[in-house]
Amino acid sequence: MVKKILSVALCAAVLLFIYAPILLLVIYSFTTSNVIGKWEGGFSLDLYGQLFRNAEIMQILFNTVWLALAAAALSTVLGTAGAIGIFYSRRRAAKPLQAVSQIPVINAEIVTAISLALLFSSIFLYRTYFSLLVGHMVLCTPFVVLSVLPKLKQMDSNTYEAALDLGASPTQALFKIVLPQIFSGVLSGFMLSVTLSLDDYIVTAFTKPPMFDTISTYVYNAVKNGTHSSTPALRALSALIFVVMIAVLLIINLRARKPRSGKEARK
Amino acid sequence: MAQLKKEEKIIEIVNVSKIFDETAAVQDMSFYVRKGEFITFLGPSGCGKTTTLRMIAGFDIPTSGKILLSGKDITNLPPNKRPVNTVFQRYALFPHYNIYDNIAFGLKLKKVPVTYRNDAGETYTKMQKLTRKEIDEKVRAALAVVDLEGFEKRSVSTLSGGQQQRVAIARAIVNEPEILLLDEPLGALDLKMRKEMQLELKEMHRKLGITFIYVTHDQEEALTMSDTIVVMKDGRIQQIGTPTSIYNEPANAFVADFIGESNIFSGTMVGKRSVRFCNHNFECVDDFEKNEKVDVVVRPEDVVMTAPEEGMLKGKVINVVFKGVHYEITAQVGRSEMVIQNTQSRSVGDVIGMNIAPDAIHIMKKEFAANIYDGYITKKNTVVFGDGEFDCDVTTLYPGSHLDEEGYLITAAGEKIDLTDTDVIVEVGLEDIEISDNADEGGARGHIVQLIYKGDHYQYIVRTEENEEDYVFDSPDLWNENDYVSVKIKPENIRLRLKQEVK
Repeated sequence: MVKKILSVALCAAVLLFIYAPILLLVIYSFTTSNVIGKWEGGFSLDLYGQLFRNAEIMQILFNTVWLALAAAALSTVLGTAGAIGIFYSRRRAAKPLQAVSQIPVINAEIVTAISLALLFSSIFLYRTYFSLLVGHMVLCTPFVVLSVLPKLKQMDSNTYEAALDLGASPTQALFKIVLPQIFSGVLSGFMLSVTLSLDDYIVTAFTKPPMFDTISTYVYNAVKNGTHSSTPALRALSALIFVVMIAVLLIINLRARKPRSGKEARK
Repeated sequence: MAQLKKEEKIIEIVNVSKIFDETAAVQDMSFYVRKGEFITFLGPSGCGKTTTLRMIAGFDIPTSGKILLSGKDITNLPPNKRPVNTVFQRYALFPHYNIYDNIAFGLKLKKVPVTYRNDAGETYTKMQKLTRKEIDEKVRAALAVVDLEGFEKRSVSTLSGGQQQRVAIARAIVNEPEILLLDEPLGALDLKMRKEMQLELKEMHRKLGITFIYVTHDQEEALTMSDTIVVMKDGRIQQIGTPTSIYNEPANAFVADFIGESNIFSGTMVGKRSVRFCNHNFECVDDFEKNEKVDVVVRPEDVVMTAPEEGMLKGKVINVVFKGVHYEITAQVGRSEMVIQNTQSRSVGDVIGMNIAPDAIHIMKKEFAANIYDGYITKKNTVVFGDGEFDCDVTTLYPGSHLDEEGYLITAAGEKIDLTDTDVIVEVGLEDIEISDNADEGGARGHIVQLIYKGDHYQYIVRTEENEEDYVFDSPDLWNENDYVSVKIKPENIRLRLKQEVK
């Protein structure tokens, strides 16, 4: 009994340690106080109101979402194609290909960001929308590969051959047979990409056009420059981002857990 | 098999080889398939049967050789352009489609020529897709063939293995292929289900009248269903024939051992239609040269038990196993063992007589009379062959020669010869090879890849890893397949011949 209480308590302590700062932020997003630690003016949704009335922030929010969706969509196409390529390449080539495709995942993001900056300045595309989009794709694509490959491995690889055998061209077989079977992996890859792109700061900071801001860069600059006018509103924004991220994460996890109907029993 | 006219061949495999990463899965294979027949590729796993099937389907392209379909070269044609459909081992049904859509998949892609008449009264043909109604009818008919009427809306995962198998067959035959390829389609089913499906497939073949090419490792399945069996081993054809001819007249010991139960003995021809094995001269129907060493096959059901004094052979029962319909009785005859199948039982320890009718004795040319290798002599006057190095007596190369202190060979005429790197032909008898667990003891190392019991001894093949050199030998001791062993050969048992005269 004591053991059980202790283990629960330990779990709670660990969770508290992880979530306390965010919890604090969420709580203080409901007060208009300028300084965290002072609860002024009681509970209010003023900050949220300010947030949505602030045209600049709204523009930035729109920028961020648009960028995230575009980067995620392109990364998903690229990553899925890459995963399929790795899966169907010869066994000797597949291993190194897979390993190389995952290096960006473990590589320090700052290294990726600086490399991108160097690359784009050398081809005179530094700090353009193009460099920003490509930067985010570099960030997201490996994760798409990572989420699609296991689905391909679960798939009965004979189904592609069966489709060809029944008269489908390779393209038809890909779209009618392979993609539907790995769709859940493609979707989680897409959602993962959206979340990665939404909250990315480093790559964005190194590749964005000068007059363009995403939430991350805006918040960072606002805090750094101490322009206090909008900082309390950013608490609300941060809280919202957190809630959205949690929601996306939950959707991904629930999708993964749900036993897919129509799935064949494997050996 | 009777010689057939060229136009009856639907598939012709001409000198086809397939090499995967330097290992040959199929080696220089040639045979043909007659239109409308049920042909089975039979062999142990890794014999190349599935690769051959995949090349006919178009999933693998031969490394060399040609595949002809009704006389047309289809070697490089992609699978979707071939009038061939496949039933896969693990069914490969599309899990995201229901049964109807699975079966209709091929039909929905298909285009057929339709002839129209325009206002001017001219006729013209257009390739167009099948109508929904046509597809509907065909799917229903296919489902009826496999006894799954009313399953259209079911999802794949709700079906049992046997039902999925039927859907896979329906999905293939609905396209009315010229040839149906079946890759061990019954492998995943339980025994009873398998027996039922065997008969059903046979019936389907009769009704549909299309060519079936079937792959299996189950010899009983092959015997039950096929018109023709192609027995394969190590990417090569061992024998092609009807089930009866393959069972009754196996071409070699491998086929005899693989198809059905058999007693295999080493024998010697002692006269015209007379063979000696188990210390008795038997009359037989096959004619071979006198004194030729041969392999003798006797099927267990052909051994007739008699009273001890009336039999050609006399033996003591050492084992009896009840097999349902019959008993399997093992008798010790001298140094050999004879397996007998009979509905009557005997007790262990009984002395029995055994008779074998002349036509029950099948005689085969001995596959391996000796091991022959290309080798060369080293500086140390040892010989290298078959991925190994062995001590040998190089003086046997030149009659009357001897070695001097420096290791040079002095011929009978007093000529001094340096034998280093001399190419030689090495011959080692089947009795002259020993194997050992100790890897350092012998001259070469490899795995046991085959063993065949031959009455009083086993015949083994040890294959080395590097160049896949085979050592074939007989031994009374029992080893296991895949054992890693080293090969020992005594110097006096290595017979050397010069490949060409040394300068």
